[in-house]
Amino acid sequence: MKTKNLKFVAGSAAILLAVLALAISGTEETKAYYQTVPEVKAMGAKAEGRRVRVAGNVVVGSIERQEEGVVTFDIEYEGDTLPVRYVGRAPLPDTLVDRAQAVAEGTMRPEGTFEATLVQAKCASKYEAAYEEGSTVVE
Amino acid sequence: MHHLGNFSLMAIVVLAAYAVIASLLGARRGLPGLTKSGERALLACTAFSTAACFSLVALLLKSDFRFEYVASYSNRDLPFFYKLASLWAGNNGSLLFWAWLLLLFSGIAILTNRNKNRELMPYVVATLGAIALFFTYLNYWVCNPFVELGVTTAGGVQSWAPVDGRGLNPLLQHPLMAIHPPILYTGYVAFVVPFAFCIAALVTGRLGAEWITSTRRWTLVSWFFLGTGLILGGRWAYVELGWGGYWAWDPVENAALLPWLTGTAYLHSVMIQERKGMLKIWNVSLVAITYLLCIFGTFLTRSGVVSSVHAFAESDFAQTFLFFIIAAAGLCAALILYRLPELKSENELDSMVSRESGFLYNNLLFLVASFAVLWGTLYPVLSEVLHGEKATVGPAWFNKVNIPIGLALLALTGIGPLLAWRKSSLESLKRNFTGPLVLGIVAAVALFALGIRHLYALMTFALSAFVLATIVQEFHKGARARQKHRGGSYTAALVDLTLVNTRRYGGYIVHFGMVLIFIGIAGTAFDTDMKADLSPGEALSIRDYKVELLGVESGKTPNYEWLSASLEISKNGKVVGVYAPQKHYYFASGQPTSEVRRHATFTEDLYLVFASVTDDDKATIQVFVKPLVRWVWLGAIVMFLGTCVTLVPGKRELKAVRKTKSEQRAAAERKKRYEVA
Repeated sequence: MKTKNLKFVAGSAAILLAVLALAISGTEETKAYYQTVPEVKAMGAKAEGRRVRVAGNVVVGSIERQEEGVVTFDIEYEGDTLPVRYVGRAPLPDTLVDRAQAVAEGTMRPEGTFEATLVQAKCASKYEAAYEEGSTVVE
Repeated sequence: MHHLGNFSLMAIVVLAAYAVIASLLGARRGLPGLTKSGERALLACTAFSTAACFSLVALLLKSDFRFEYVASYSNRDLPFFYKLASLWAGNNGSLLFWAWLLLLFSGIAILTNRNKNRELMPYVVATLGAIALFFTYLNYWVCNPFVELGVTTAGGVQSWAPVDGRGLNPLLQHPLMAIHPPILYTGYVAFVVPFAFCIAALVTGRLGAEWITSTRRWTLVSWFFLGTGLILGGRWAYVELGWGGYWAWDPVENAALLPWLTGTAYLHSVMIQERKGMLKIWNVSLVAITYLLCIFGTFLTRSGVVSSVHAFAESDFAQTFLFFIIAAAGLCAALILYRLPELKSENELDSMVSRESGFLYNNLLFLVASFAVLWGTLYPVLSEVLHGEKATVGPAWFNKVNIPIGLALLALTGIGPLLAWRKSSLESLKRNFTGPLVLGIVAAVALFALGIRHLYALMTFALSAFVLATIVQEFHKGARARQKHRGGSYTAALVDLTLVNTRRYGGYIVHFGMVLIFIGIAGTAFDTDMKADLSPGEALSIRDYKVELLGVESGKTPNYEWLSASLEISKNGKVVGVYAPQKHYYFASGQPTSEVRRHATFTEDLYLVFASVTDDDKATIQVFVKPLVRWVWLGAIVMFLGTCVTLVPGKRELKAVRKTKSEQRAAAERKKRYEVA
């Protein structure tokens, strides 16, 4: 291979290795596992420090504002309910209402509450509400 | 109306199939009449597609809630403009709209090439027709927007309509959001023309620069609309969503960023092929990858493969889409491998310190960034396949990997244009780089002395100073040279310089805008925020500002109920204004939104959010200080203007075109004379 091409390949390899190093260390730092509500509750001791994303539907009437901007609510998935305690800085998304599909990211506390630093909720276009009453249309 | 819609879709299927077959047959057998009929068939498809869209729009405007799509995305009280915008609010309508854009651009490509590229056009039409077939298949059989709600009664299935529709998602009832899909789709879809030309070039073996020069403006327009869509999306997120940011590395955002990144690489890379006949394999690959990412992007958004807050409802068409992408990718790979001998470089890389080398590294960096973004976006799927556990990486991961790459690209933006072709001599390097380098170092030292310690921010500012200096230097050198030869004022020389070579100097303006965006993004390193529950008369303090709650008002409109918090802002003790962020509660969907207010200056934005009302009637107010964020929007405007400049034919280009046209005319005359004789 010509020396100039070799130099280019070497330069590219250096760039790729640097990016790979960043990617790998970054993954370790920010990785969060997707788990279901039952899985999170069953994790037990293994849950210590593990960053998890858990999804569920917000239980009707469970959203409660506490002091210092903390908000608690319950999410349920396939009959299993998980109490969530949101301690993040940002206000909760407007889309977090009763029955909304919510995703909470955080860690499981030993006392059984899920402490979330991030909460997202699905846009209303996903919210399958029943239509208001209608009528059959005669052509 | 829906009969017109469905009939039109069927017509497109038949005519597009004919267009593909006629074009291919006509090309293989040398029958220009047949290929021409193929073109006309595709043009007819454009007309039918317009009819199909028209049908759906008519149903939306009439509020005909018998149809599921209309009932899902519209309601009676929706303003006219948003009823129109519901065409692209949901999956099925937006796919119909996509197909319309595809056929519209196909039509334009056919009409603008009716006297050009005759050897390529049959394969261009065949490619466009095949893609149109795929989307129309989706439109009719998989995601038909003309499906009726219907109820099954004793007498069979009867038409049924709810009293009112569900209405458009209130988050989408904003002018920026309403036009964001059409703009983004134009970007995604317009790239199909360069792609079709690339396929045609590979099939016919005509791999010189003609397929590239013929599609240069298509590429620019597509890239421009993708970029505008991205910025508008970011701007909307910033002013509407109320979380204080404009980019979250959400899968849907990444889906649009990916083709923009590879498209940017392609836009630069073609210059090398035009000048030196190099990087041919890179260019055909970049076009194919960019187009496939456009399709993949819309697939990602719709299929729910990766959970995203914006995702459309999951559709059962994921398999069809995936099959199409894999088949298209396979075809491209096969064609490129088949044509590898013709794609060999006409020249060699002479030196590491050359413009060619700069462009090579440019390609590499953009590709690495794209791959990183793709990896991060698909990580939930990949981790499940590789490790058995589904996991996600957050925005921090994307920033960690992409910021260094971005800084490298920023540096290259300044270095690249100043490198000579083939090899830069030491004298030219010294002449070109000394000034900007000194400025960059001075900027770094000055900012460090002023207390700025954030490494990446410092690097961004220093590199920005460097790049801005190189751009100013280029304009100055060129204007000076023109003045020396032709006289006249400096300003006239600047304008003339730009108009002669719009591609180069328009490009420099785009770079200038890009640097401003980098500066704006660097500002986020200095963001801060604060939240407090306030009663009227109470205030919160953040940096130099005092935010005092004057009072909370309420009211009602036909579409929503609102609450408004009047906030008096003082900076360093002096009152600068009263702002009233609001909360809207929409009747149709029951969903609240935050209406953010900002005190915006070029130094920083003071971003005010009325988050909620506490149980004891206090207003929860959140305030962000966001330094330099306005530079992002300013930079975007400069990029917009720069792109417009590059689209204008430069005087040099016009001269070359006139020369080619007169040569063509002379050749045609000679041909006629021989034929007559």
